[in-house]
Amino acid sequence: MFTRIPRLTLIDYMIFAAVIAAVAYVGYRVETVLIYTWDWSVIPNYLFRWDEGRGSFVPNLLIKGLATTIRIAIWTMIVASIIGTILGIARTSTRLFPRLVSWAYVEFIRNIPPVPFLFLFYFFIASQIIPLLGIDEAIQSASPETLAVAEFFFGPANLMTNFAAGMISLSMMSAAYIAEIIRAGIQAVPKGQREAGQSIGLSHIQLMRYIVLPQAIARVVPPLAGQFITLIKDSSLVALISIQELSFMAMEIAISEQRFFEVWIVTGGMYFIVCYACALMFAQLERRIGVHRR
Amino acid sequence: MIDSADQETVIVMTGVNKWFDDFHVLKDIDFNVRRGERVVVCGPSGSGKSTLIRCINRLEDHQQGSIVFNGVELGAETKQTASLRAEVGMVFQQFNLFPHLTILENCTLGPMKVRGASRAEANQLAMEYLEKVHIPEQGEKFPSQLSGGQQQRAAIARSLCMRPEVMLFDEPTSSLDPEMIKEVLDVMIELAETGMTMICVTHEMGFARTVADKMIFMDEGRIIEEGPPEEFFANTKNERTKLFLGQILSH
Ligand SMILES: Nc1ncnc2c1ncn2[C@@H]1O[C@H](COP(=O)(O)OP(=O)(O)O)[C@@H](O)[C@H]1O
Ligand SMILES: [Mg+2]
Repeated sequence: MFTRIPRLTLIDYMIFAAVIAAVAYVGYRVETVLIYTWDWSVIPNYLFRWDEGRGSFVPNLLIKGLATTIRIAIWTMIVASIIGTILGIARTSTRLFPRLVSWAYVEFIRNIPPVPFLFLFYFFIASQIIPLLGIDEAIQSASPETLAVAEFFFGPANLMTNFAAGMISLSMMSAAYIAEIIRAGIQAVPKGQREAGQSIGLSHIQLMRYIVLPQAIARVVPPLAGQFITLIKDSSLVALISIQELSFMAMEIAISEQRFFEVWIVTGGMYFIVCYACALMFAQLERRIGVHRR
Repeated sequence: MIDSADQETVIVMTGVNKWFDDFHVLKDIDFNVRRGERVVVCGPSGSGKSTLIRCINRLEDHQQGSIVFNGVELGAETKQTASLRAEVGMVFQQFNLFPHLTILENCTLGPMKVRGASRAEANQLAMEYLEKVHIPEQGEKFPSQLSGGQQQRAAIARSLCMRPEVMLFDEPTSSLDPEMIKEVLDVMIELAETGMTMICVTHEMGFARTVADKMIFMDEGRIIEEGPPEEFFANTKNERTKLFLGQILSH
């Protein structure tokens, strides 16, 4: 394969030099102004600690928090995609009622900042919805094997209801944004596609399932990827409602160890890795879908 | 209700009127199609030709008059509408193949999901019709990998896979490059020879002379002339028709 090497112009070199100078200046200011002694030695222990009993390294708070963040992000992507797709379809319905309900929902969420929404919704969910799900009963009656599987997917048993409440709150929020993306995708599918589907006798649901949605989703992979990355970052907000994910853990450690910069830099780096990996995965997916598009 | 004469008549339109808001697009349409008949509809752009045939498979609904298909009156969209549409094939000017499916999948979707055929049956049926439209080797490709003429023939095969009673064509060659028009028309002529009932909106007058049993000329939402092609081309009485034919036959 032949790769094109971009040619750098004078302007590129000037921008590059300016960036280097800016970074150096900020570094210099931090060194002179900030009276701070860096100490990175506490960090590794919070990633993995030595377990005497087992005689091996086990994940500690930061890695556990990261695992919770990844779990919550993946479940939220799944749940929010399902709710968002249903809302998105409802937005394009020919009937007034579904259109009105999903419109109201989307506008409600989009015009409230995430923090008040999460607080209010979390208390509603935790007090009203979660008891209905019967998670606690299920955990109590579960066999150790089932519980081990459940813990792999949903995190520690004692925090599962908490996890579910946080995940559902976050999903309800993301669903509104996903609904808008799906709606735009559905509306971008040409009318002729529906008509062709109708003319071979497909029902409404079959038309949606086999003709409209596959094309709509293929079109919206890039904005959907952006929304998923936003969702991963927004998952840090559930720290506010005491879900013990990465940001929550970082906050605890930063306070107890008094090592704010080290802890937050490492935490930021961990988010970056997860988000960037997600972006790369979607770029790959987009390339594969893109092959046969007109 | 159904007497023996009706058995031979697939489509009966009586006094059909249709409006788009306050635009009167179809005016007092009376129009019959017998089983096996080949009808060619022509007329100036905007005269309502597309709307007329789209009313037959309910892509449009009408507000007045009646349309009877195989003895069943067509009305507002119901659960039966989808099964009616399955009996009426439609070929569009823009092909409207499903771009995310291969040609074979385009052809098997309807038989599998609507007719309940197994994948093997549907594949066999699809290959049979892809052979009839002379592109059996294109089945694994996606629509965007085919030429316009091949795409339109694939679209014809997709419709035929539903084994429809009637085929509707809405200017099937109008968006094709000249060198591809013939391959599509040839397929349509071969289809006509099998005895398929066809209604074609087209300005291909050579095709019309070859296959049409009946010509229809529309203008401003009315059928203003109807008759066998010999009569239609040789001695039309109508000035509008003469003018129109003069325009399209001169090039
Ligand atoms: N969905 C629609 N809404 C409003 N007007 C329409 C619609 N479809 C067609 N028309 C109008 O109806 C008239 C007839 O259209 P059409 O049946 O497509 O004509 P033709 O196929 O003979 O060119 C045109 O003037 C067109 O602008
Ligand atoms: Mg037309």
